[in-house]
Amino acid sequence: MYRIVFVLLCAVSMVHSPLLSAASDRLVLTGSSTIAPLVLEMAKAFEKTHSNMRIDVQTGGSSRGVNDTRKGLADIGMVSRTLKSTEQDLTAYTIAMDGICIIVHGSNTVQTLSNQQIIDIYTGKIRNWREVGGPNRAITVVNKAEGRSTLELFLKYFQLKNSQINAHVVIGDNQQGIKTVSGNPGAIGYVSIGTAEYEQERGVAIKRLPMEGVPATVASVREANFPLARPLNLVIKGQPSPSVKRFIEFAQSTSVDNFIKAQFFVPLAH
Amino acid sequence: MFRWHIDRQVAGTLAMLAAFSAVMLFLMLVFLLMEAWPVLAEGGWRAFFSHDSWYPLEGQFGLTPMIWASIAITVGAIMLAVPLGVACAVFIHFYSPKLMLKGFRLVLSLMAGIPSVVYGLWGLTELVPLIAELQPPGASMLAAILVLTLMILPTVAVTSAAALAGIPKDILAGGAALGFSDRRTIISLALPAARTGIWGGVLLAMARALGETMAVLMVAGNVVQNPSGLFEPVRALTANIALEMAYATDTHRAGLFTSGLLLTLLVLILAWLAARMTVEPAND
Repeated sequence: MYRIVFVLLCAVSMVHSPLLSAASDRLVLTGSSTIAPLVLEMAKAFEKTHSNMRIDVQTGGSSRGVNDTRKGLADIGMVSRTLKSTEQDLTAYTIAMDGICIIVHGSNTVQTLSNQQIIDIYTGKIRNWREVGGPNRAITVVNKAEGRSTLELFLKYFQLKNSQINAHVVIGDNQQGIKTVSGNPGAIGYVSIGTAEYEQERGVAIKRLPMEGVPATVASVREANFPLARPLNLVIKGQPSPSVKRFIEFAQSTSVDNFIKAQFFVPLAH
Repeated sequence: MFRWHIDRQVAGTLAMLAAFSAVMLFLMLVFLLMEAWPVLAEGGWRAFFSHDSWYPLEGQFGLTPMIWASIAITVGAIMLAVPLGVACAVFIHFYSPKLMLKGFRLVLSLMAGIPSVVYGLWGLTELVPLIAELQPPGASMLAAILVLTLMILPTVAVTSAAALAGIPKDILAGGAALGFSDRRTIISLALPAARTGIWGGVLLAMARALGETMAVLMVAGNVVQNPSGLFEPVRALTANIALEMAYATDTHRAGLFTSGLLLTLLVLILAWLAARMTVEPAND
């Protein structure tokens, strides 16, 4: 019996922590945890072609990226928003766009929702689709788990706190969100636009709602028209060193498009 | 102590392996404690029980709704899986024709081998929409209980069947000699004689249900609230860790490790109960 319990304990407590590698000839990147997984993939590919380089990626939020870059603690900062007017001493290089869209079930007759209606639905003031011109059906509010960048972007755009949201289902990744919404005619959720567009093209029963009249497509995110979107930036202070310059050029090249798509971000128009 | 040289060698090796397991367990507890320490140290652990809800980024760290949810889901699944599983075992052992027996065993071991994420995916795409038609949102405690029942059913059935197979033939022969019907033999002789083994299986299944993460995460709805109804969504402790660990930093991360520590304690309590329950009946 004790052995069985031991095995279970192993399974329960196996949680990995990221390992950071250190080498003498290296670039240090710190900042947004949204960008970090993407940059890690880019760094792996970059290290393969530049065998003398080691790239160290650490998270801590966009503000840390700005601060570390200013103080010279990091060679490059990762900032998942446009630079503020007080941050013009830094230079930003956009590597990809991140956009999310509101999705409902494919059979839902509602064509569009105003920002206020979306806020009222998510805070539980509107509980039936009838109240926004849809069928008489209870609304199932699908929200994201705490710490996800999609949640952060959603909350910031609608100026909500997570505790104000009256969720019926809380989900982890985008796929789970799409499966949850496509399986429930009354559901409303928000996911990464890249994933939603891909799944809808493959016939999954979801519908992307436009935001402020702008259609929710990868194209409108790429052209920076879509309201619920943000740029993913690499920022530097002053003139870039040759190795920093090489890495930024690599991160903006077409050869990283696949990494960007794999993380459900939108590649730049090249 | 041992007559043969080889015995001494084997005993030494086994002792080392056993010690290794014990040390690993100890180290894991130390690891969990260390990671959870930032919130435990400043008396912050009280927040886990005094706060009403879980919004770690807003400083709300209430874990109690998730503890109740984990317990409720587990108890629900056990209540369904134990009668079904024991019935399976009785059927396998006493009633099933030879030909069917092989097929039935195969199905059970297949069920035990299916990865939990597959159960979860099935639950999310088939079961949840079905429940949503009855009462939205569908992702609910009921869905979690049903999926978990399917997952632990083979564990209960297989261990119970093994326990029934281990009953001394004399006992059953005694039943036959007294002119008992099959039904009487099973209820009054076989099941009581096999109870230690059956209990072992039940507790094993219970620990599996408590620790199950992926399937529960996909169907339970994951809203942090006290379990109040079968159709209400709930979040289990395991799901909490899996949902948020990848993006958690600082106190949020330490809070998640505390979830892990709590889960470990729950399993330890279960193990202690198991030890008590399986030993006591042998004494009377």
